[in-house]
Amino acid sequence: MNIVLKLTALVICLHSLSACAYKYVGAWEKGTLSRPEMAFISDPLEQKISDHIYFSKEASSSGSAVSGGGCGCN
Amino acid sequence: MNISKSLLAATFLTLSLVGGVYAADKGDKAINIPLQLLENNKSGKTTGINNYQGKLVYLDFWASWCGPCRKSLPILNEIRSQYAAQGFEVVAVNVDENLDDALGFLEKYPVDYPILLDPKGKMPQAYKIQGMPTAYLIDKTGKIIYKHVGFKEKDRKKIEALIDKHLLGR
Repeated sequence: MNIVLKLTALVICLHSLSACAYKYVGAWEKGTLSRPEMAFISDPLEQKISDHIYFSKEASSSGSAVSGGGCGCN
Repeated sequence: MNISKSLLAATFLTLSLVGGVYAADKGDKAINIPLQLLENNKSGKTTGINNYQGKLVYLDFWASWCGPCRKSLPILNEIRSQYAAQGFEVVAVNVDENLDDALGFLEKYPVDYPILLDPKGKMPQAYKIQGMPTAYLIDKTGKIIYKHVGFKEKDRKKIEALIDKHLLGR
């Protein structure tokens, strides 16, 4: 095996380590992803209740989303 | 070539394949991509950003599914009517894959400025935009002088100040 082949094999191996997909979803391509049926819970009210339960049980600041300063005053 | 040299070369080649993202930014020349204009609720004549040279252009990428666009479109329409006579134009690029989605949105939030249709995302791909909405202020010579990602109501003042500066020299 010559050096070029070795180098090519090495590049392919190393590139596979990056674990990156060849096609990434651009900011402008998120139309389908943002459709209601793509959400884990498509009903906003149900999502809110679910978040509230999660927040109460986990005692986490603002449930699954990040907001607030963690002062314990919410 | 010894093994350490080839390893080094392979590493650089790999890194170049992973690739960085170079987004269009301040100081760059605005990339012109011919797109179809929305006319009478369907795609019409082909035009590009270069056709608006000689005007101060606010190039705005938007989509029906983009939350902040509900705020930005009406505000941009107002800003446009404020400054249109002085040589200001908003050129919007809609990136919805389905034209009906865009039309439904425009029914709720109508605008008077030209809308280019880019269902394949050629233009945002060329500009490598990082978020929605993204906007560029392009001077009369076609150079980008300002880039803005996202939109909040308070951004209006900043945009107006920039237009005042670059269009009216205030």
